Amino acid sequence: MKYLLQRIAFYLFTAWAAITLNFFIPRMVPGDPVQALITKYQGQLSSQAIDSLYVLFGLDKDKSVWEEYVDYWSQLLHGDLGLSFTFFPTPVSEIISTSLPWTLLLVGITTIISFFLGTGLGVLAGWRRGSWADGLLPVTTFLSSVPYFWLGIIAIYLLTGPDSFFPSSGGFDNGLVPAWDQYFIPNALKHSLLPALTILISSVSGWILSMRNMMVTVASEDYITVAHAKGLSDRRVAMSYAARNALLPNVSGFALSLGFIVGGTLLVEIVFSYPGIGFQLFQALGAQDYPLMQGVFLIITISVLVANLIADVAYLLLDPRTRKEG
Amino acid sequence: MTIPTSSIEQVIPGQGSMAQPESGKPAKAKRQRFRFVTNKKAATGLIMLSIYVLFAIIGPWIAPYEPDARSNDLIQSPSGAHWLGTTHLGQDVFSQLLVGTRSVMFVGFVAGIVATVLSVIIGVTAGYLGGKTDEGLSALSNVFLVIPALPLIIIITSTLESAEDWLIALVIGLTSWSWNARVLRAQTLSLRRRDFVDAARATGEKTWRVIVFELMPNLTAVIASGFVGTVIFAVLSEITLAFIGVTSSTTWNWGTILFWAQGQQALAQEAWWWFIPAGLAIALLGTALSLINFGIDEFVSPRLRSVGKTKIKTVDGRTVRMRIGFTPVLSNSPAPHTQASPTPVVRKEVTQ
Repeated sequence: MKYLLQRIAFYLFTAWAAITLNFFIPRMVPGDPVQALITKYQGQLSSQAIDSLYVLFGLDKDKSVWEEYVDYWSQLLHGDLGLSFTFFPTPVSEIISTSLPWTLLLVGITTIISFFLGTGLGVLAGWRRGSWADGLLPVTTFLSSVPYFWLGIIAIYLLTGPDSFFPSSGGFDNGLVPAWDQYFIPNALKHSLLPALTILISSVSGWILSMRNMMVTVASEDYITVAHAKGLSDRRVAMSYAARNALLPNVSGFALSLGFIVGGTLLVEIVFSYPGIGFQLFQALGAQDYPLMQGVFLIITISVLVANLIADVAYLLLDPRTRKEG
Repeated sequence: MTIPTSSIEQVIPGQGSMAQPESGKPAKAKRQRFRFVTNKKAATGLIMLSIYVLFAIIGPWIAPYEPDARSNDLIQSPSGAHWLGTTHLGQDVFSQLLVGTRSVMFVGFVAGIVATVLSVIIGVTAGYLGGKTDEGLSALSNVFLVIPALPLIIIITSTLESAEDWLIALVIGLTSWSWNARVLRAQTLSLRRRDFVDAARATGEKTWRVIVFELMPNLTAVIASGFVGTVIFAVLSEITLAFIGVTSSTTWNWGTILFWAQGQQALAQEAWWWFIPAGLAIALLGTALSLINFGIDEFVSPRLRSVGKTKIKTVDGRTVRMRIGFTPVLSNSPAPHTQASPTPVVRKEVTQ
């Protein structure tokens, strides 16, 4: 319990650090970006939006940095992330809440599948060293070096087309309205197959490699020899003795590498024009939509922190040693 | 008894280098360093990497065309005049690829160096000094570890007015040191109570001297593999930045090529030569660097080596799978569950 509380405290601290970072980054923008934006969106910005922009970029001359910081927090706690330029005058929070479920479902589910699949294959490759499973290694090395988005491009090039089963972009067909019904769900699933496959192929190799290496290291421990000597079946030794112990570093690795994975998967959304957070970020970049960019960054960071916390709980359940009090 | 001699030979050098790091005379150390190159994976990786470095240096000179130069051959497939075809403006893709190599390698290595230096300073200091310093520095690196690096890099570079190569390298380097710092801290923790470190302290050496001359040489492999890992990450990040169009569009790198290919509907026009070579170049560079890292890993921890064929036929026709952790047992009892068969010695304990 103490361990869990420590972790929660740490994540709260990290969230604070990320939000503070988010507060200071726009202040690095040289010159007067607000003026540039006002001229760009001639007459489209309301005076309220301009005010909120000045707060965002810290160009409000009447206030000290500290006062701005307090303002920023109070805005944030009210769920106010500013107004988006690209989808003016929609609030950023609204855009994010419509696109977040797409990303959570696509990236969340594929990451979990990829973790379990990769770990399973890694157990196999580590345990049956020198068999056909070693042949996986060069392939996985190559695949883990391929950028996610390039793999997406190749997938679109090879697998989509006018008569293909796979749609090349979007999250659902144009004529449909998002709802939980028999028309929308299968269509959305069809659209997410190819992006999911892309993420799966390029992320699974990392898990295979790390799990394989852990298995190989664990396989030479004394307790494995003891387990063999007891006459336990090979399968039992591999699963209950070797894999169970080799899994622990992989789970903590899972938590730590989430940040990297999420970064890569956002790019897949861009390639497939998938209506998630990553695609919003891409559109925001093109339009220099700073409020949206920052909102997206904040949401990604917080999601990763929550996922980390879940991974910590899983670790707690897997490793009895951490449950011991004191 | 069939003993695969190679596996035993291979085990010893790595073990010697890590287990008794201080005992080696200079001549011996030199020989061990060459051992690293004899690792097949590391050698392949190094050769591939040196080809990339070569192109990074001479690429702009040997490129047949200016990467920006337009011509009337729009979207031509590969031919004698344009080895990798042309773009929508008639630019030569092969030249863009060659010229772009320099920027990619530059950003990769500069970011790698920045991140490695930072991680060594923070990781080794935290591990060696311990106490409050350790807690503070560890918290710092953990914060950087869980904040998603790529979105952060994207946000920072997009606010910069002109994202030149060195600036991008700096941003990537400053945000991606945390993983290495963590690994180095753990390694330093295991080293700092060793006898040779205590001896150095007892003779009154200054703290920085102990760190630089006693600890650092023993961390070489970890630092090197961290550097290589960061270079991979930096290269992918830079290409990603260029691909989504946040970097300056005047410098060419492989991401810029993909940016134009994506933006100009290369896919719809079936212009495979426009985006496949750039992606392959990235993937092969990544593979080369990963291979070097595997080489380093296996050099440090010989258990990780692929041992080649482990299934052997015994005299009486049964197949036996050799495995680390098996003690050789010679027995004539036919009981099946003990696998009583000549199992070769593969086991070599790495004493840490």
